[in-house]
Amino acid sequence: MAGLAALGAALLATGVAWAVSPAAPDPQAATNAAAADQTVVDAGRGLFTANCAACHGPAGQGGSGGPSLVGAGAASADFYLRTGRMPLSAPGQRVVRQPAHFDDAEIQALVAYVASLGSGPAIPQVSSGGELHQGWQLFQANCAACHNATGAGNAIGGGYVAVGLGNADPTTIGEATIIGPGAMPAFAFDDQSLADIAAYIRFLQDAPTPGGAPIGQVGPVAEGFIGVAIGLPLLILVSLLAARRGKPEEQNP
Amino acid sequence: MKAPRFGRRERPVVDPIGRPLNDPARELRDAEARGDASAVDVIADPEPTELERITGWLDERTGLAGLVRTTLRKVFPDHWSFLLGEIALFCFIILVATGTFLTFFFVPSASQTTYAGPYPPLQGATVSEAYNSVLRLSFDVKAGLLMRQVHHWTAVVFVAVIVAHLSRVFFTGAFRRPREINWLIGFGLLTFALAEGFTGYSLPDDLLSGTGARIAYSAAISIPLIGPYVASLLFGGEFPTAAFLPRFFVLHVMLLPALFAGAIVAHVGLVFLQKHTQFRVGRAREDNVVGRHFWPGQAFVSGGLFFLTAAVVALLGGLVQINPIWAYGPFDAPIVSSPAQPDWYVGWLDGSLRIFPPFEPVILGITIPSAFVPGVVIPGILFTIVGIWPFIERRVTGDRAPHNLLDWPWESPFRAATGAAILGLFAILTLAGGNDVLSAFLDLPIESLTWLFRFLVLAFPIAVWLVVYALCRSRQRYPAPDERPKGGIRLVRNATGGWEEAE
Ligand code: HEC
Ligand code: HEC
Repeated sequence: MAGLAALGAALLATGVAWAVSPAAPDPQAATNAAAADQTVVDAGRGLFTANCAACHGPAGQGGSGGPSLVGAGAASADFYLRTGRMPLSAPGQRVVRQPAHFDDAEIQALVAYVASLGSGPAIPQVSSGGELHQGWQLFQANCAACHNATGAGNAIGGGYVAVGLGNADPTTIGEATIIGPGAMPAFAFDDQSLADIAAYIRFLQDAPTPGGAPIGQVGPVAEGFIGVAIGLPLLILVSLLAARRGKPEEQNP
Repeated sequence: MKAPRFGRRERPVVDPIGRPLNDPARELRDAEARGDASAVDVIADPEPTELERITGWLDERTGLAGLVRTTLRKVFPDHWSFLLGEIALFCFIILVATGTFLTFFFVPSASQTTYAGPYPPLQGATVSEAYNSVLRLSFDVKAGLLMRQVHHWTAVVFVAVIVAHLSRVFFTGAFRRPREINWLIGFGLLTFALAEGFTGYSLPDDLLSGTGARIAYSAAISIPLIGPYVASLLFGGEFPTAAFLPRFFVLHVMLLPALFAGAIVAHVGLVFLQKHTQFRVGRAREDNVVGRHFWPGQAFVSGGLFFLTAAVVALLGGLVQINPIWAYGPFDAPIVSSPAQPDWYVGWLDGSLRIFPPFEPVILGITIPSAFVPGVVIPGILFTIVGIWPFIERRVTGDRAPHNLLDWPWESPFRAATGAAILGLFAILTLAGGNDVLSAFLDLPIESLTWLFRFLVLAFPIAVWLVVYALCRSRQRYPAPDERPKGGIRLVRNATGGWEEAE
């Protein structure tokens, strides 16, 4: 409760700081912002102690249940928290995407706290000016091997699943490529490439499926299942209908 | 005034009670006996109608009347499972029809061009003419996507129906003497259908089909000694090549369909000459056929069945997307996408390659590539067993008598158990071919699934064999449907208040 109150105050302060800050450089505003940041970080520390310290250690230095977060950076914390991957419910649990556990303000505070532990990658600004064809090429070359050319995702061995990209917003895409969560490698794309990839993934998310029901976009496995489990029974049903018994004739050879 | 017969042996054509049909001499006798003068006139000197004149003209020049009459009077046993073969034939007809449409637009060439169609991400991409033309079919040609999808869905259910038909023939012992040759022809049809499916799958030259072709190449080249020659004959060099598309195209639209059509004619012709087998029900005997005449009975059943089959594949093709090649992108050797599977009916081959442990023995100084055993030897053994099954069974049972009446599946436990075990083995291999998709779906690591499938591939067929064998044996203790007492069993109350069966 106290944590929440502190957080409220911190956010209010930030909001005020933003509202009043004119174009930099204004020493007064900078101090305000720093002070506000400090309150957000403090709020984040409170949340961290309550929710994360058991695994990541009281100061985020790492523990038996989770790795050190020193240097993980805002990008990593924001990615893991917004996609609901953290907090893990128990040590040894699989890291899965799920609805976020915290609201936006709490996430902001936790991110500020993790970022304050050591210098790490900041949350990338992914511009919306991506170019589809470039994005398609980069995606085919770098991502399709795990996430499927359709973005539907696939299992990649070792119990890891390269999740479907149907829910990833541009910031998540940018963060994932920078930090390389789980079994995914980290990539070093320039801003334009990142924007291109994000544009292509967004295109895939609501690409039309002119052929009808997309059946998961996983290709022949789903198609074969439909063919054998629906097509064949339909045809057997059809032959059952056609072969109604009439009065039989007889032919002697 | 009889048409010349070209030396064909006259066959008696009889009506249901065995009298010759359409016998003017007999009709004349009957009419005279009745004292029906006008009928006598008409029969003795009939005035031919216009239709009779035309058919008479045709018959005089072709001598076909007898054959047509036999055909129209041919009797088809009335059981739904006998229609599976017909459905397969109808699928083939639909495949030829839709496939012909596709050839009007398809360009079987690997030469490069720049995509300039309506699919935004690919605009400006360098793609092959083949891929470009399939995209054009999908997005620009009127009804092109529908035709493509109906063609592909028909191929998918076609093989399923063939397998169902083959299973019916297998489990009822319809392949026994004198029909062993027709079993071999049917088995040939299955292999042609698989080859058709595989070559067709490769034609659009998209990322998935290229991956499939690469696997086929590695299986072909793995054959000791002759492998490189086989591979280079099919692919025209080291994969990826520009030559394989036109070659697969010729196989797909010319050689294989011609073989298939020829084999169908032989297959159906033999059924015609040897007459249908039938289940042991009603008046059916070894030396007769009980069922519907082709005309006017079966012709309408089959006609209706054709349209219903077309309706099912049109429904699938119209409502469910299949092989969205624009989303996969053009084939490009260094690029992989996963999951990458072939169509389901070659999935077992992929599964065999996926779960077989890497194993490269050196025999007589020749290294056997690891794809050889799972990609060539295992399929070879399985298909040989299925292909020569009539002869294997004859050896095992010593039954050399001709059979026109079918077995019920449980009447031959050995056959039923072996057939079910082989189907079970194929099912496991097919599932193994989708191990990555299953892994994501079941939330189990791929590695665990691989070990599970390695175990199941050995254990499942054995378990199926034992269970089916036991089931058949216990089923044999009950009377067959035709021997079952009609009207059920009569129970009577006994003195102690219990129930017992009355005689
Ligand atoms: C039950 C133990 C557990 C709890 C509780 C937990 N984590 Fe984690 N955390 C892990 C483990 C294990 C990993 C490594 C996951 C991986 O390999 O993907 C991890 C990874 C992370 C990472 C990525 C580290 C990197 O190197 O990029 C971040 C950031 C993170 N956790 C933040 C948090 C935050 C914030 C909380 C509290 C809201 C939290 N975690 C709660 C176990 C836990
Ligand atoms: C080696 C396989 C691999 C490659 C290559 C790969 N990823 Fe991933 N990706 C993963 C895995 C595994 C995860 C899930 C990580 C987890 O849940 O811990 C993931 C997660 C993601 C997510 C998070 C999705 C979400 O909604 O939570 C995004 C976005 C993403 N990847 C984008 C990309 C992009 C863009 C590329 C190409 C530049 C790429 N990935 C390449 C394996 C891969």
